[in-house]
Amino acid sequence: MGVEYEGVGPAHGELEAVLAARYGAGVYDKLKAARVAVAGLGGLGSHIAVALARVGVGFLFLVDFDVVEPSNLNRQSYFVGDVGRLKTEALREQIEAINPLVEVAVRAVRVEEHNIVELFGGCDVLCEALDDQEAKAGLVSTALAGLPGLKVVAASGMAGYGSANSIRTQRRLKNLYVCGDGEGCGGSGMKDTKSVGEYMGFMAPRVQICAGHQANMTLRLLAGLEEA
Amino acid sequence: MKVNGAEVILREVVRLDMFLVEQGYNPAYVAVEMNGEVVLKSAYDQTILSDSDVIEVVRFVGGG
Repeated sequence: MGVEYEGVGPAHGELEAVLAARYGAGVYDKLKAARVAVAGLGGLGSHIAVALARVGVGFLFLVDFDVVEPSNLNRQSYFVGDVGRLKTEALREQIEAINPLVEVAVRAVRVEEHNIVELFGGCDVLCEALDDQEAKAGLVSTALAGLPGLKVVAASGMAGYGSANSIRTQRRLKNLYVCGDGEGCGGSGMKDTKSVGEYMGFMAPRVQICAGHQANMTLRLLAGLEEA
Repeated sequence: MKVNGAEVILREVVRLDMFLVEQGYNPAYVAVEMNGEVVLKSAYDQTILSDSDVIEVVRFVGGG
């Protein structure tokens, strides 16, 4: 099979049939019809987007104002050649290479109180993947208050290389799920007084685990399951 | 009143932002649901709590 597709890849129809055959009854159709937004494309958001693209979510809306920096490469889903590019553009290209069936829309803007309802209205699920503590709380509050049908899957605490088993998914409010250990504090937007050293630095695996929790909770919601 | 499932005695009428500080939260770092509705950040200083209220406070730490 490898030889047959070498350098070309399967046709879209065939790719879709392969995905649909791997999931249970009707799940692929639900994913294909779904609209998911990812706010923040750092360690969490880039990995969430890649996971949701692989699984076949039909529409992904990616929002981040920033460009890829060398310091991102140890924990975010970008390549050396992406340095200097907008994260939205680098990730759009990566998703196209992983699963061309996914429709991707991007906005290179900072998520702020005044644009939250306009940006995320019309989405089924919003993955909160921002860095800054205050921005996270603001996005979650404004999105849940302003967009009643929206489900938000947020993250809190995923720095360092503490036990992977402390990261979990909890349903905290009617439409809010929070993934993470709830304790750590990492990222450039860190505002707590504790130093980076106390939290054992910024590492890829734990942020990927947390992103995996967020992507899986999103998948569960799209498949009609509300339990964390 | 109930806060995150636990009974809290409210001795006097208090504003949500002040109550959060009293409970050890930084109002900037939380999301609050009051009687089933999420409260906008800008409304914290205009929201008055009474003993019959049920609130959930979700605190966020940085990193992403």
